[in-house]
Amino acid sequence: MTNYFLQAFIYLVAAVIAVPLARRFGLGSVLGYLIAGVVIGPVIGLVGEETSVIQHFAEFGVVMMLFVVGLELEPKMLWAMRNRLMGLGGLQLLLTTGAVMAIALYFGQQSSIAFTIGLIFALSSTAIVLQTFNEKGLSRTDGGRNAFSVLLFQDIAVIPMLAFIPLLALPELVEQAQQAATQMAAQHEEMSLVADLPPWAYAMVMVAAIGILVVGGHYLSRPLFRFVASSGVREIFTATALMLVIGIAALMSLVGLSPALGTFLAGVVLANSEFRHELESNIDPFKGLLLGLFFITVGAGIDFGILWQDLGLILGLTLGIIVLKALVLLLLTPVFKIGQSDRWLFALSLAQAGEFGFVLLSFTVQNHVLPGELAQLLSLVVALSMMLTPGLFILFERVIEPRYCTSEAEREADNIDEHGSVIIAGVGRFGQVVNRLLSANGIKTVVLDHQISQVDMLRRINVKSYFGDATRPDLLHTAGIEEAALLVVAMDNRDSAVELVKYVKHTYPKVKVLARAFDRGHAYLLRDAGADFIQKETLLSALELGADAMKCLGFHPFHVEQQKNTFKRIEKRSSDTLYGAWKDDSSGERFDNNYRKLFIELEETIKAAMARDRNDKYAMSERGWTPPPKGYDELLDGEEPQPLRPPEEEIKP
Amino acid sequence: MSEQQQAVLLLLAHPSQHRSEVNLPLFELAKTIPGVTTVDLYGEYPEFDIDIEREQQRLLAHDVVIFQFPLYWYSTPAILKEWQDLVLEYGFAYGTDGNALKGKRFFCAITAGGKEEAYQAEGYNHFTLRQLLAPLEQTASLTGMRYLPPFALFGARTAVEDGLMALHLKEWRELLTALVAGKLNRRLAAKLEKLNGHLDQIITG
Repeated sequence: MTNYFLQAFIYLVAAVIAVPLARRFGLGSVLGYLIAGVVIGPVIGLVGEETSVIQHFAEFGVVMMLFVVGLELEPKMLWAMRNRLMGLGGLQLLLTTGAVMAIALYFGQQSSIAFTIGLIFALSSTAIVLQTFNEKGLSRTDGGRNAFSVLLFQDIAVIPMLAFIPLLALPELVEQAQQAATQMAAQHEEMSLVADLPPWAYAMVMVAAIGILVVGGHYLSRPLFRFVASSGVREIFTATALMLVIGIAALMSLVGLSPALGTFLAGVVLANSEFRHELESNIDPFKGLLLGLFFITVGAGIDFGILWQDLGLILGLTLGIIVLKALVLLLLTPVFKIGQSDRWLFALSLAQAGEFGFVLLSFTVQNHVLPGELAQLLSLVVALSMMLTPGLFILFERVIEPRYCTSEAEREADNIDEHGSVIIAGVGRFGQVVNRLLSANGIKTVVLDHQISQVDMLRRINVKSYFGDATRPDLLHTAGIEEAALLVVAMDNRDSAVELVKYVKHTYPKVKVLARAFDRGHAYLLRDAGADFIQKETLLSALELGADAMKCLGFHPFHVEQQKNTFKRIEKRSSDTLYGAWKDDSSGERFDNNYRKLFIELEETIKAAMARDRNDKYAMSERGWTPPPKGYDELLDGEEPQPLRPPEEEIKP
Repeated sequence: MSEQQQAVLLLLAHPSQHRSEVNLPLFELAKTIPGVTTVDLYGEYPEFDIDIEREQQRLLAHDVVIFQFPLYWYSTPAILKEWQDLVLEYGFAYGTDGNALKGKRFFCAITAGGKEEAYQAEGYNHFTLRQLLAPLEQTASLTGMRYLPPFALFGARTAVEDGLMALHLKEWRELLTALVAGKLNRRLAAKLEKLNGHLDQIITG
C-alpha cells in the first residue's frame, strides 16, 4: 500500500511541477507531462519497471479522449465542414503518409513498417496546436480554421488506424512474442467471447456488438440518464458516465474490437443528446489525468542511451519530418485558397508529429507491427518535433506575420459577421424568450438548464438544450465559455445566479455577462457581482401593462408612450444613487432609512415628471413638441430677415 | 477667416446600417479624425426618446454641425426630423432669447440613389439637391447658422461597384480636416451647388 501511495505521489508531484512550468514557457501541457516523465524516469530514476504496466492502464485515457472527440462531433457541424475535412484533411493525411512511407522504403524498411511510420507521422498534435491557437487568439483566422479541420480529420482517422494496424503484424515479431508468452505462463490468457468461434460467427458477433452500442446508445441512454439526473446526486451521474465508457470498452474487448472505436462510436451517438455537456464535463477530468499519466509514462520510457547514440540521426529525422510536413501543407494551400500569412500559419502549426503518434507507437509495439527499438527511436523523433512547435509559432509571429501586416485591415473586414456564441444559463420562462430572439436572428446559442424536465420540454419543441448545472466551472468549460461572447444568466435560483456572475466575471473577464434580476435587491447583488447588463424581470412587462391600463382609461396612446418612457428614464437615472445608498450599508441594513428616503424621493420625482404640463417650458416629460408661445411670430417679424446665400433662386418644377 | 481649432459635430441618421455601403465607411472615417464628435442617432435613441438636454449641450459645445444621412423622399430620415422638432426649441434655437446656434456652420452630408442628372430642373427629380434641401437651409437661416451646400454623393446605390468610394472618402477626410483646422472659405463655399469636387477652391492655406 505504502508503495502505491509513494508512486502515485511521485507521478503527481512531477506533473504538478512540470505542467505549469511548461505552460508558462509556452510549451503546452503535453510537453509538460513528457518532461515530467523524463525527469522522474531516465534522469532521476525514481520510477522504472512499473511504467509499462501503468502505461497499459493510462491508455484508457486515450479511450476516454476518443469518447470526448466523438461527443464533440455533431453531424451537422461535420456536414458543414465536409469539403475541408475530407479534401484538406484527407489529402494531407494521404500525401504525408505516402511521402514518409516512400522515404522509409528508400532506407530499406519493410513495406508494412514503412506504411505504419507514415501513418504515425502524418498525425499532428491536436492538443498543442489548439491550445496555442487559443492562447494566441489565432482560432478565428483562416489559417487557424483550416488547421482545425485537418486536426479533426486526423483525430477521426485514428479510429480506422487503430482497427487496421493489427493486420500489419509481422509474423516474426508475433512468433517471438508468443514464445515469450508461453514461457512466462499460459494462464494469463485474455478473456474473450470470440476466440473459439468460426469466422462467420465472429463477424456476426462484431456486427451485433456495434448494433447494440448504436441502438442502445440512442434509445436506452436517455431514460437511464434521466433517471439518474432526476435523483439529483451529482456523483452518481459521474459514476454513470464512467460506467458507460468502461462498459463499452469492456464489451468491445470481449468481442475483440478496439475499445477506442467503441467509445468513439458511443460518443458520436450521444453527440446530439441533451446530456452531452454534462457527460463531457464528467469524463473530462478522468480523461485529462489518465492522458497526462500516459504522457508521463512515455517520457519515463525514453531511452537516453538511444538518444545519445543516434543523436545525429534523430535530429536529422526530426527536422526532415518537420520540413516534409510543412511542404505538403504548403502544397495544399493554393488548392484550398488559403492565402498570405494564413498559408504559413497553416503549414507551420501542423508540422509536428502528435500525441496520437505515441498512442500508435505503443499500440503498434503491442501488436507486433514495429520492433521495440525502432519504436523507441521514433518516439524520440515525435517528442522532439513537438518540443520544436513553440519555436515554429515564434518563427511565424516574429518573421512571417510582420511581412503581411498590410493585409490586416482587409482581414478585419472579413470577420465582421462573426458574432460569437451565447451561453444561456437557465431556460425557464425568461431564458426561453431570450433564446428565441437570439436564435431567430441566427445567433448560435448553447442552452443549459439543470432541470431535466425543462430540457425535455424544450427538446420536444425542437429547441436544442442541454442538461447541466451552469454554476459548475467544468460544465461552463465544455459548453465553450472560453470562446463565447456572452453569458446570459437567467436561472431560477437567485443565489446561484449571483455566484455564477461572480465566478465568470472573475475567471473570464472578457465574457460579457447579462443577468435577469428578480427584484431591486437581486439587481444590486448582481451589479455588485460584476454583471454588465441587468434587467429586472418585472419592470418592463409591468410598465407595458400599466400603459395598457392608461390607454383603456382613454389616454392617447402616444401620450401614454411618452409617460412610459419618462418613467423608464427617471428610473434608470436614479438607479445609481439608489445602488450607492444600498451599497453603503454602514448601518448593517441594506434597505435602511437613507435608502427608503431616496426611494420615496424617486417616487416623488416620477410623479412630478408625469404631472408636468406642456405649458411648462422646462417640462421633463413633455418637453418635446412644445409649441412656441402665442404671438411669437409678431416678435420674429421685428427682426431683419437674413439674406439667403446664394440669393434665392426661383424654385420651379 | 478664423484659423482657430473648430469643434465639429457629426450627426448620423441611418436606420439600416447593416445594409449601408457608403454612409458607414464615411462615418467610420470621421471617427478617426481628431476634433470631430460623431453621434449615431438611431444607435443612441433606438426608441426615438431623444434626450433634449443632452443634444442641446452637444450643440453648444461645437462650432460646426453636420447632418449625415441617406436622402429619403427628398428629405431626412425620420429621426433627424424628430431631432429638429425636439432639440431646436423656442428660446434655444429661435425666438427672443434663442441665440444658442448663432454663427455656427451647418451643412448636410448626403447620399442620394439617383444620378446627378436626375436632380436638375430637366431631370426626373425636377429640383436640384440644394433646392430640395431648402427647409434645412431656411432652418439654418432662422437659427442664425451659416449654411453651406451639401457634401453629396449621387448614384450611391452602385458607388462601390462604380469605384467612387476612394475619391469620396479622400474628399471627406480633406473636408473634415479643413473644417477642424478652420481652413474653409465659407463665402466661396456658400455659392456652390455641392462641396465635393471643389475642395481645392474652398480650402485655404
